[in-house]
Amino acid sequence: MQDDRELGREHQEESTSHEGGQAESSNRRKFLTRVGWGGVIGFLAINSAAFLRFFYPRVLFEPASQFKVGLPADYPLGTVNSQYQREYRTWIIRLQDGAFFALESKCTHLGCTPNWMEAQKKFKCPCHGSGYYITGLNFEGPAPRPMDRFKISVAEDGQMLVDKTIRYPGVPGKESNEVYPESLLRV
Amino acid sequence: MKSLPEITNQVKKNLIWKSIFRRDYRNTVRDRAQAVFGNVFLHLHPVQVRESAVKLRFTWGMGGITFFAYLLLIITGVVLMFYYHPSIDQAYTDIKDLEFQVPFGVILRNLHRWGAHFMVIVVMIHMFRVFMTGSYKAPRQFNWGVGVILLVLTFLLSFTGYLTPWDQLGFWAITVGTNMGAATPLLGYQGPFSEFLHITPFNDVRFALLGGALVGGNALLRSYIWHCVAIPLIATILMFVHFWRVRKDGGISKPQK
Repeated sequence: MQDDRELGREHQEESTSHEGGQAESSNRRKFLTRVGWGGVIGFLAINSAAFLRFFYPRVLFEPASQFKVGLPADYPLGTVNSQYQREYRTWIIRLQDGAFFALESKCTHLGCTPNWMEAQKKFKCPCHGSGYYITGLNFEGPAPRPMDRFKISVAEDGQMLVDKTIRYPGVPGKESNEVYPESLLRV
Repeated sequence: MKSLPEITNQVKKNLIWKSIFRRDYRNTVRDRAQAVFGNVFLHLHPVQVRESAVKLRFTWGMGGITFFAYLLLIITGVVLMFYYHPSIDQAYTDIKDLEFQVPFGVILRNLHRWGAHFMVIVVMIHMFRVFMTGSYKAPRQFNWGVGVILLVLTFLLSFTGYLTPWDQLGFWAITVGTNMGAATPLLGYQGPFSEFLHITPFNDVRFALLGGALVGGNALLRSYIWHCVAIPLIATILMFVHFWRVRKDGGISKPQK
C-alpha cells in the first residue's frame, strides 16, 4: 500500500513537471524512451530483413538452364527425342525438312508432362487428354495454346545447346514455326 | 502535417487497434497490474514481486536467462530447419551450405550452437543458485523436481542436436552414448542379466533409440525428431508448469534476514 501511494505521487509529479522547473528531466526521459524503443524496433527491422533474405539461397541444386544435347547428325529426320525429358523437361525435335527445335514438355492447360505417342504421331497429356502435333500446336483437349519452345543453337564444339532462359511462348491458334522462325535451327 | 500526439490519437481510435488492445493504458498501479493479469503471455508471472527476491545478488537472474536462451534456440532452430534435410546423404552438406552459401546462415547456425552451450551452462548455474539459497525446500519440493527433469531435458536436447550435422564428432558421440544404453542393466544387451532376459542388440533400449542396430539413417531421423519436435514439446509444457509453480509456491524465495 505504501508502495502504491509513493508510485501515485511520483506519477503526479511527472505530469506537473512541465509547469515546474523539471521540464529538462522530462525531455531527457522522452528522448531516452524514444532511443530505447527505436533501438528495439531497429533491431527487429534489421532481423526481419535478414530473415527475408535468408529465404533466397545463393546456390541452387537444380538442373542447369543451359545444356548440351549432342551433335545434329545423331538425330534422324522426323523424330522426337525424349532423352532429356526427365531431367530438363525438354524434347529435342527434328522435323522432316531437317530443322531442329527444343520444346518444353509442359502441357499449356495445367502444367502436366505430356508423352510422345510414336504410333499416332502426337503428344498426349495424361491429365486431361490435350493433344499436340509434332510442332507443339494443340489440336484437341482443353489446352489453350501450343507448347513453349526454347532457344537452340550450335555451340563451338559442334554440339547443340539448349538455353531455357530464352523462351518462345506458344500463341493460341498459331503455328510456332511461323510465329517464331528463329526458334528453328537449320544446320 | 499532423503532430505526433494527433496521429497517435487517431491510431488508438482505429477499430483494429481497439480490437487488439482492449483498453487504453495509463501508467497507474492499477493499469500496470491489469497489463499482467490480462496478457496471455504474462499471466503466468506474478503481478507483484518482492523487491528482495529479485535482487540480482540473490537470483543471479539465471532462470530468466535460461528461458531467454531457450526462446533464442527455438527461433534460430525453426529457421535452420528450412535448409536442413535429416538424411545421411544431405545432412552434412546442408550444414556446409548454411555456413558458406545461405544468406545469414552462418550467424544463425552459430547462434544456435553457441546458444545451446550457453543454455546448458546457465541452467546448471540456475540449479546451483537454487540449491545454495535453499530454494528447493518446502513448499517448493515439487518445483525442484520439475526443474531436475527440465535439466535432463536440456542435456537431451543438446545431445540429440549433436548428431544433426552428421559429422565425425556427432556420429561418435551418439555411438558412445547409445553404447552406454546398451550396457545398462536390464535395458541393454551388454548389461548384467541380458542373457537371462534374452536381451539382444535387436530388442534393447539402444535399438529403440537408434531405430536399428547401428548408427545410420534411422538414428539421424530419430535424433532429429526428438531434437526438433518431441523434447521441445515436453520441455515447453514443463516450463509453463515450472513458472506457474514459482508463483503458486509464494513467488521467488526470499533471502533470510
